[in-house]
Amino acid sequence: MDNSFTKLQLTNGLTVLLKEIHTAPITSLWLWYRVGSRNEIPGITGVSHWAEHMQFKGTERFPAEVLDKAVAREGGYRNALTFLDWTTYFETLPADKIDLALELEADRMYNSLFTPEDVELERTVIISERQGHENEPMFLLNEEMHAAAFRVHSYHHEVIGDLIDLQTMQRDDLFNHYRKYYVPGNAILTVAGDFRTEEMLARIQELYEPLPDGSPPDHRTRPEPQQSGERILNLEGPGETTFVQVVYHAPAATDPDFFPYLVTDSLLTGASSLNLFGGGISNKTSRLYKALVDGELAVSLHGGLVATIDPYLHTIVATVHPESTAEQVVLTLDDEIKRLQDSPPPQDEVDRAVKQARALFAYGSESITNQAFWMGYSEIFDTYDWFLNYLDRLAAVTPEQVQYITQTYMKPGNRVRGVYHPVERQEVSA
Amino acid sequence: MTTNTPQSLSQSLPGPEDILRHELSNGIVLLVRSNFQSPSVVVNGYIMAGGLYDDDPKLGLADFTADALMRGTAQRSFHEIYDTLESAGASLNISGGTHTTGFGSKALAEDLDLVLELLSESLLHPVFPPEQVELLRARSLTSLAIRAQDTREMASLTFDQIIYPGHPYSRPEDGNPDTIQAISRDDLVEFHRVHYGPRGMVISVVGAVEPGVVVKKVEGLLGEWVNPDQPNQIELPPVPAPAKPLRRKELISGKFQADLVAGVTGPERRSDDFLSATLGNNILGVFGMMGRVGEAVREEAGLAYYAYSSLSGGMGPGPWYVSAGVDPQNVDQALELVKREVDRFANQLVTPEELADSQSNFIGRLPLSLESNSGMASAILNLERFDLGLDYYRRYPDLVRAVTSEDVLEAARRYWSPERLGVGIAGP
Repeated sequence: MDNSFTKLQLTNGLTVLLKEIHTAPITSLWLWYRVGSRNEIPGITGVSHWAEHMQFKGTERFPAEVLDKAVAREGGYRNALTFLDWTTYFETLPADKIDLALELEADRMYNSLFTPEDVELERTVIISERQGHENEPMFLLNEEMHAAAFRVHSYHHEVIGDLIDLQTMQRDDLFNHYRKYYVPGNAILTVAGDFRTEEMLARIQELYEPLPDGSPPDHRTRPEPQQSGERILNLEGPGETTFVQVVYHAPAATDPDFFPYLVTDSLLTGASSLNLFGGGISNKTSRLYKALVDGELAVSLHGGLVATIDPYLHTIVATVHPESTAEQVVLTLDDEIKRLQDSPPPQDEVDRAVKQARALFAYGSESITNQAFWMGYSEIFDTYDWFLNYLDRLAAVTPEQVQYITQTYMKPGNRVRGVYHPVERQEVSA
Repeated sequence: MTTNTPQSLSQSLPGPEDILRHELSNGIVLLVRSNFQSPSVVVNGYIMAGGLYDDDPKLGLADFTADALMRGTAQRSFHEIYDTLESAGASLNISGGTHTTGFGSKALAEDLDLVLELLSESLLHPVFPPEQVELLRARSLTSLAIRAQDTREMASLTFDQIIYPGHPYSRPEDGNPDTIQAISRDDLVEFHRVHYGPRGMVISVVGAVEPGVVVKKVEGLLGEWVNPDQPNQIELPPVPAPAKPLRRKELISGKFQADLVAGVTGPERRSDDFLSATLGNNILGVFGMMGRVGEAVREEAGLAYYAYSSLSGGMGPGPWYVSAGVDPQNVDQALELVKREVDRFANQLVTPEELADSQSNFIGRLPLSLESNSGMASAILNLERFDLGLDYYRRYPDLVRAVTSEDVLEAARRYWSPERLGVGIAGP
């Protein structure tokens, strides 16, 4: 992969990253804002995600229906994502049509209308989105797990927000959020694809330089205090299937322990991918899969680590075998972790994790949309170098570091253990 | 902005001079297209062994068989298979569908031999280890228990039962708990012995590989494969026309949202009116933020996060439907809006602007759908599956532009007759 790219900052504070890729007549543009559920307080949880929806309701210049149709008409696709640390908007278009995306993103950084009528219509849409999630046992369990893991830090609530806040939040809550965070100094524009950097840069300067200055707003982080002692959680709901979820407090993306932890997770639960588009691989030879699924204690197993600004969680989820129990799953999981705590893994197991990561990178880099995604994603919590050095940093991890991670982080006292217990339908009082 | 770069639309579309089509003497068709832009390779394909062949009491047999292929072969154990694959960062999946059993694999180009060998072993020489069969049975039963709680899946299954009464399309390929319990290891062995064979098999390979090398490798692995017992393709029975519109609800208590699926039997992919129908579907419930249906149900009424229409158009007359997830109290209201849109769609011409927008969307998005090796591999597989011709994607823009508003209305009328509408609902 050719790693050359251009990075600069406009006078109003907007960070710009450009990467030419001439493999297909396609260009992808992403505009990132450094705001997500991490920046929310009780009363307006879910405001970042709701504000993202409002960005599709139009401006004076690009009314909603015009906006949607303009991109689709050119055969492009567009979407937006809200997560813990960020909110992002993207358009992928035939290369000769990318100007449309440049214009509409510049326009809606300041000019979205947030009319009271649109806010009310979107309220029920978002509650419907939440209800769809609530139909899933794993959403319900995950929501409780976060609340238990983060008593102080704002990672404690789901990105979609608490139902009560979705019912009561007002238009000005949303609009104030938009005005506070949607400013050039708090944004990153990433473009990858079939263009010439000089021309693209000139056009970006023409469209974005006139936007008013804006500094990144203050954000007072409330670090999560060290957990002392295991937290245990039980949840009941409809169905016939038991789920076990275990989360460990894990280091932030820039912490030197993050890469050794990625390898540790890969050994335990299988290779994870940073690809938003481009798929992954199976995890049937991971240590926990072999112990739990081959051992007929679970029917599926997965896990993962998320690159975040503040320390977040390492998650492991098992769907319990109909003939087994949550307790047996946790006992075996602990045995497997102890095995790594007692002795470092063989070097070839670590090498394998690196080869898997290399393959997953190759698959993901076929998509120009992914390439533009990676630039902004890594800039949010570090710099694009984080991504470019990813494989080298994984390759530098030693078996002893893996052992150290399991000894340091993967202790019961540093985790929340949760179980979703299915109950007979008539017992559920939802 | 204009760009001065080497790429152009026509250069990126696959055509006869850059797709190698090679037929093996046993009937297997191989399609290869090189792409040295990325170091990876994708292998997609199918064999003619789908769930259509399942007997009702053992529904799910084809799918179960496909699932079990990689659980052990004459050459390798389950662990050896996955150790080989995962150590290379490669993937290989084989899964049962209605008409076919499909496979898909992704690997670094240096590992192409490895995945082709594993694919060939799994298709030709699976041994179905008894303990692995039981592991799969437990996993399958858990999946079915989860399915029974999934409002979207259950609404869809209920809908299929209404619009395909007594037809194979009314049945879920993954079976039901009682039928999965009824399947023995011997059934898997027998299904494999009879139905797995080279006739009708198609493989597409796209990536950083030379076509000649791929042909040689595939010839070596699969060229000798024969199965004299392989049956002819099943003739699909006609879909019985329902006498009146039907609505049925599957109660799933304790849930927060209900799902509804409302629709009809749609065209086959090979139907002459498929392109008219699929352009119409784009207007009905896809274009922009989910077309007319999304506009009415989500944007104007605020009733749903998702409300869209879908038309798959496969080897037979697949469904054409509108799907939405709504508050259980709003099911009737949402359904009324859906029916209003469907009625308008089946009785009035789409506007010239709507048609032009969707035509432009179809033509413009083609290169996007083909940018990855996976997208290209499934696109060229479809050329063979539906007899479209190797020059189809080159002709596609003209075919799309030739569709008129009258063509769309004719297709809409043909399929969306009110008496054939079925509605499946699942939720509290």
